Order: sequence, then C-alpha cells, then structure tokens
Amino acid sequence: MPRFLKDFLNRNGTGPGLAMLGLVLFWTVGLIILPQLSMLDFSFRPNLPPPELGGPKDLYTLENYKYLVYGPEGGSQAYNTVDLMVFFRTLVAAVCVTVFNLILCYPIAYYLGQTRGNHIRVLALLLIIPYWINEILRAFALRIIFGETGVLNTIFMGIGLFDAPFDFIRNDYALYAGLGYAYILLMIFPIYNVIESLDHNQIEAARDLGAPWWRIHWRVVIPYAKPGISSGCTMVFMLSAGALAAPQILGGPSSLWFTQLIYQQFNDSSDWPQGAAYAVVLLVTCVLLVLAVMRLFKVNMGDIGK
Amino acid sequence: MSAGVGVDLENLWIRFGDFVAVRDANVNIRGGDFFSFLGPSGCGKTTILRAVSGFLEPSQGNILIGGKNMKGVGPNKRPTALIFQNLALFPLMKVWENIAFSMEIKGASAGERRRRADELLEMIALEGQGDKLPSELSGGQRQRVAIARALCAEPHVLLLDEPLSALDLKLRQHMRTELREIQKRVGITFIYITHDQGEALTMSDSIAVMRAGVIDQIGDGKTIYNDPATPFAASFVGENNVFRGKVKQVSGDRVLVQSNRSGDLLARVSSANIGKMKEGDSAMIFIRPEAFQLARTGTEGDHYVSARVVNEEFEGNAFNIFMEGDGGKEIKVSLPNHGQSFDSHKGETMTLRYDVKNAVAMPAGVLATE
Repeated sequence: MPRFLKDFLNRNGTGPGLAMLGLVLFWTVGLIILPQLSMLDFSFRPNLPPPELGGPKDLYTLENYKYLVYGPEGGSQAYNTVDLMVFFRTLVAAVCVTVFNLILCYPIAYYLGQTRGNHIRVLALLLIIPYWINEILRAFALRIIFGETGVLNTIFMGIGLFDAPFDFIRNDYALYAGLGYAYILLMIFPIYNVIESLDHNQIEAARDLGAPWWRIHWRVVIPYAKPGISSGCTMVFMLSAGALAAPQILGGPSSLWFTQLIYQQFNDSSDWPQGAAYAVVLLVTCVLLVLAVMRLFKVNMGDIGK
Repeated sequence: MSAGVGVDLENLWIRFGDFVAVRDANVNIRGGDFFSFLGPSGCGKTTILRAVSGFLEPSQGNILIGGKNMKGVGPNKRPTALIFQNLALFPLMKVWENIAFSMEIKGASAGERRRRADELLEMIALEGQGDKLPSELSGGQRQRVAIARALCAEPHVLLLDEPLSALDLKLRQHMRTELREIQKRVGITFIYITHDQGEALTMSDSIAVMRAGVIDQIGDGKTIYNDPATPFAASFVGENNVFRGKVKQVSGDRVLVQSNRSGDLLARVSSANIGKMKEGDSAMIFIRPEAFQLARTGTEGDHYVSARVVNEEFEGNAFNIFMEGDGGKEIKVSLPNHGQSFDSHKGETMTLRYDVKNAVAMPAGVLATE
C-alpha cells in the first residue's frame, strides 16, 4: 500500500477512510469517467435503429466527426460552414466572456481580499444571495431587463437616448451579460481566496519603494494571485463554453451556441452518436485550449487546486 | 550613497477616532543619527513610523524631512524606505530582483539592476545568492536582504520597524552590531522602532522613550539609563528598584525622602525634575541593582537600606539577591562576580549602601508594567 494511502487511513480511521475513498472514486469514475467514455464510444458509432445495434452494421466509424467538418454527404457545400462557424463563435465568445469577467472581478476580489471590516462580509453576502435563485429564473430576469419593452429600453427611451427600442437580444448583448453574470462568483472567489492571504505589508513595501499602483498589481499582486486567476478563468471558460440555459433563453434567434447544436442532436434529431461526437470535440478543444493558455502563462496544474 | 537628512516632528498628533495614538510629539532627529523610539507595544511608536513613511496622515502637526514639510506627499514619493517587522520581501521574486525593485520602477535596465544588486549583495555578505528565492535564505540573511532592498532605493532616511524581533537571541545580538556598522558605512539617518531596551541602548545615538502615545524622554543611552526623566523611563529601561515615599527635605539637587519601608533615603533629583519637588510631595527613588554594595549589617544612615533576604540566585556574571521591598516588589541587588565567595544569607536581614549620585529621585508617577 503506498505511503500516502496508509497515512490517510491512519489519520481518518480505516472505516471512514475507506468510505471517503470509495465515494470519491465513485464520483470520479462512476459519475464522470465512465459516462464520458461511453459518450466517446457513442461518438464513433453510426446512428442505427435499436434492432440493428450490435448487428453487422454497428462498426466503429469517423462519420460523425466528418459531419462536423464536411457536412452531410452530397451536400451543397464543401465544408459544414454553419456548424463550424457556431463552434468557433462559441469558443471566441467564451474567451471574451472569461476575459471580461476577469477584468470585472479582479478589482472586486482585490477589494474584498485586502480590506478589513464587517462590511466585507455584507458585500460578500450581497454577491452570493442572487445565486440562491435558479439559473433559469436569473436568465429570464435578464430577459426582462434587456427585452424590447424591458427596463433598459424603457429607461433609455425615457431619457431620450434611444428613439426606438434597441434589440439587445438579437445583438447578443443580453447573452454576453447573462453568461458573464452567471459565473461571476466562480471568478471572484478563487481570486479573493488567494489575495486574502497576501500580506498587506508587501503592497505597502512596494509602494514605499516608489511603485505606482499599477506596477504594484503587475509585479506583486497579480503574480501572487495567479493560481486563483487561472482557476477562476478555467472554470468560467469551461462553463460558459458549455452553457446551455443562458444561450437558450437570452440568445438571439439567429445565433446558436454550440451546446444548442449538441442538444438538438440528442433531443430533436435523436442522433446520439452525432451529438456525442460534437460534445467530444467541444470538450477536447476546450481542455487543449486551457492547457495551452496555462503553459503560456506558466501555471502548474497543482496551482489551480490551491 | 546619499547623506542622511534630519527629521523633525512638530506638535504631532495622531488620532484614530477617539483614541489618541500619538500626543503632541516634538522630536528633532539629526541627519546621520541612529535614532530609536523605545516603548512597550501599543505605545504609538509604530504609528509615528508609519506617519514618517507616509502611510498615515497625522491628525495635526507637521513632519519635516530634510526641512521639507511632507504633508500630502505619498509614501512612494518620500525620501524614506521602510523595513517592515516581517520584512515583506516579495516571495515570488528572486533575491536580486527584490533588492533592485526600486530601480525597476525607475526604469533601469536589467543589466544595471543586476550590477547594483550584486554590489549590495556583496555589502551584506551574500555574494552569489542573488538567484535564490527569499524562502531559500535563513532568517538573518533575509533580514540583510530587506536592508539591501531598502538601501537600493537610496533613501535619505531608513525606517526600521522592530526588524530583529523575529530572530533568535544570538542572531539578534549579531545583527545589532551589523546594523550599526551598515548605518555608519552608508551615513544615512536610521529611525529604529523597538521595545527592546538592549537594542536601543547598544545601537542608538539618541533614544525617545514612549509611553501611551507620549514621549517621556529624549536623550542618548547614558542619559536615559543614568538620568531618567520619568518613573516610566526609569522602570522601562533596564532593571530598577523603586522606593516610594514622601519628600522630607530638598536642598539643591539633593532630596531626602521618607520612604515607606526603608527609613529616610537621600537621593539626587533627576535633571529633568530639578525644582519640581517640594516637601510633602509623593516621590520615587530609583536605584539600579548594580548600584548597591553590601555594608556591615545594622549600619544606619540616609544611604543605607536594610531588608530581609527572600531569595538568591547565581547568574554567572553576577550574584543576585532579592530582598523584601515596598509595594510587594522585591529589591534586586546584583553583585558582580569577581571570584569572591558567596555565602547564603536567605532569611537573614542584610544592609546595603549606595552612592547618592546613583539614586535618582523624581515625583511619583506611572511605572512600566512588566
């Protein structure tokens, strides 16, 4: 038995230790790895009616992946431009939402982490309470705010800024606002956690040595907060690229999110293998993108868990 | 390296809400001096340092550095550098980057910064350690890096906030000498905050003794030790025995005090209190443990004290005798060890004599609590 395992069991007692271990294993293997593997398996199979499953036609194939790139066989276009566009637009938009979220949340997290006093707890609570409300209700609330006869349009037309209502939804403003808002806490709290442990003397020392505020952040605070920033960015990026509710409710009719395509294939077209292939592509691309960015900014995997 | 400039505090008040942290401080620190603020924790000495470095605006009064009023000048614009109690080295920067951080701000090239950092590393005897991280150095080494980082900014005044308190005793004593040497070499003004009277006495040209936001006395180490201005200064700096009583007779700088327990005692009025003691006033006399000699038992007079021995201890360089004193506190007598034999006198009454110039009298007041 490896040493860390022995220590773990000694510390927690054999019974509870094994129970904890079992639950964690069940969680990672049973609920995450195995379903994903089955998705992977699906993605390489043809979409067959149930009687033919396991029959002679049930062979591994790449046609589901080919479909994403080339579209239906004998289609009018050389490439599946519609789906590919949706795919890249989703990734770019998710990156934008992440960057926007980081810019918005870093100052908030810094303020929360480096200020002392009771009002900080109140502020943190004010950030958390809205998340007691269901994600779908929150999305609908934003629809009310951004709608054609919504709060924003009423105000802007009332003060004479707009002549006609502006369609925030068709122009995707509502979608980006919704996605940004949905994951704000996942950005704020990891950064806040790290910055809270930053010794305030370091900031004062940098200031005392003559540093202007932006350089203090650039050289002292941000390097220190890097693990929090990377874990926040990873979560926000992954979740917004994989979001479904916000695009469904807040997205304009012409703009699809890649997850909506996946959803359609599973539910509307009952084409599970095709949906699985799309989901695998999205997952793998996102993971690779995150790993590449982590390498670029020299972040270790271990830092993210901090 | 820039020459040291003077620092003046004029009628300085610092309040936090209703709490007065510093009350009407007036201090003139000469350029190039090693000046210490000495006092127990919470006496306001760190507050003064933060005000001088610019992290805190005084509620009232002025801070002048090199004759220039520092009102409204931010900490990054003052000719001061602060060494924090916990040093506050940047953990993710290499040692040389830490040292040269102030040059990085001024836009110096990496080569230039490295060169200067290496020079300073040599000065603090850490050649070749520039590429390590602060966490890879020992406590004393980190201490010296913090000093080098502050000196690299070429400050006119270096402010030190109890920088030795985290070190162990041996290293602390070693760093005292080293700090003093660095100060002499660079010639700039050092303002040092400490609650350790040993540090203050050994290093400083001048010391301000602080209590509860008030500066009790300013003077060089010898003056503070031998001629304290207040009961607090007398009891906080070094060990001291206090005898309480009433003034019986004053003549010039001599005062006869009728003590509560030890009969009439003759003492010298401390310089700051000459003319301030009248007959009938409550008074305190302070006599250091090392100022006593043994006398023939039973001798009486105005510079003899007799009391019962309650405890004895051998300290190596001295033999300490503890005798019944007034106010429940024991009288401590410290007899230097020069090879004589010591017989135990526990339980017996012994008589001590002292030189009147070594007994300092002043009006009764607040003592330092231990």
